[in-house]
Amino acid sequence: MRQPKLIVIGGSAGSLQVIMGIVPVIHPDFPVPILIVLHRNSIFESSLEVLFASKSRALIKEVEEKERILPGVIYIAPADYHVLIEENRTFSLDYSERVHFSRPSIDVAFTSASDVYGAELACLLLSGGNSDGVEGLEYVKGNGGLVVVQDPVTAEVPYMPQHAVSRVGVDFVLSAEDMPAFLRGLAFLPLD
Amino acid sequence: MITAIRYEELDLLLNDLFTRYGYDFTEYSKASLQRRVQRLFTLDRFPSFAEFRHRLQHDPQYFRRFVEEITVNVTEMLRDPSFYRTLRTTILPVLATYPFIRIWHAGCSTGEEVYSMAILLKEAGLLHKSLLYGTDINPLVIEKARKGIFPVSQMQKYSENYIQSGGINDFSSYYTANYHLAKFDSALTGKMIFSTHNLVSDFSFNEFQLILCRNVLIYFERDLQSKVFKLFDYSLENFGYLALGAKESLRFSPIADRYRQIGKEKIWRKIHEAT
Repeated sequence: MRQPKLIVIGGSAGSLQVIMGIVPVIHPDFPVPILIVLHRNSIFESSLEVLFASKSRALIKEVEEKERILPGVIYIAPADYHVLIEENRTFSLDYSERVHFSRPSIDVAFTSASDVYGAELACLLLSGGNSDGVEGLEYVKGNGGLVVVQDPVTAEVPYMPQHAVSRVGVDFVLSAEDMPAFLRGLAFLPLD
Repeated sequence: MITAIRYEELDLLLNDLFTRYGYDFTEYSKASLQRRVQRLFTLDRFPSFAEFRHRLQHDPQYFRRFVEEITVNVTEMLRDPSFYRTLRTTILPVLATYPFIRIWHAGCSTGEEVYSMAILLKEAGLLHKSLLYGTDINPLVIEKARKGIFPVSQMQKYSENYIQSGGINDFSSYYTANYHLAKFDSALTGKMIFSTHNLVSDFSFNEFQLILCRNVLIYFERDLQSKVFKLFDYSLENFGYLALGAKESLRFSPIADRYRQIGKEKIWRKIHEAT
């Protein structure tokens, strides 16, 4: 294993608590940028940044279109837009059709990140009640990226991670409690 | 796993299309475009990239389909109700002072935003002296926009948007429902002009007091965004308004210093002409 150049975390129902556990271990010196793609209902709107910011000293911000992707930053996919990644490692936003009834879609973010980062990508799929993210994980795996799934047994809504475990040759299945330490370990691995 | 169209192949394709048909997609954001092209390639079951490329080069009908399918045509009526509320409370009272109001919806897709605006103008008593221009690169969506017929299944959502935007009438009074379709009042359609227009290559065609271009610029690279901003600036009267999508901004554009944002909404007012 080696240090990824981008970590993308996707989650749906029941994943917010898991992310709240991860965010505190992301400090400003965290060497890998993180993108969080969460299905959320409009009740949350932009309060996710505020919520996470209370738990971490790292810069937490909503993705802006054409923005450069920088380490030490936690990026949040905005409500109602897909997040894509350009070859020059900037973000694009996209308002095309929902995928698996979702916008942002985890599949879209995983796939697009994989096209650019290939084997230098790590993707985590957390608790959730639909199958968004599973095809994306398969694609990431096919391009040599690292694929991690929340242990369905510890997931509040196991459908999404269960589906991933049964369809994709995942590299790690982790409990919610083990994820923060795993991410820190991953981010501080040597570069090859 | 499906064959992915690589970025180098996409570049080849875009160069072909420019040379063959004069449509320039080379300054579109590649990640979105790649995804749309990939989708079409899979949908139409091409066995190889070479065959896809060949078909596009030699079949103008298929190129039409390409334009229709790779452009994003997702839109809704009164999307972001707070935006429309600001139009009602802040922008329309200013436009009301003009003898004649010209509004341009650039990249209007199937026209839902144009009909939304017409409803606002009607309720402000301004529709009679307004003209709404709707343009899009895609001729198919322009055809749909002209008809003003939308799925009835959307009407509940639109009605909610309407109420949140400050509407006080019965939203259903603006259309006639027939089975699964809702046809909007021809009094609204009568004030609209729809036409194809390519923001990349076509020029300014009039002068407006309000230009709306929402969720279009996100598909363009920065340089192209700048060009389009200049086109809008050129097409906007002094003290006119430019409205963008929720995640778009004038901030990094070459015209930013001559525009002032109206409150929190993505609406800017032109405060100086170019010198």
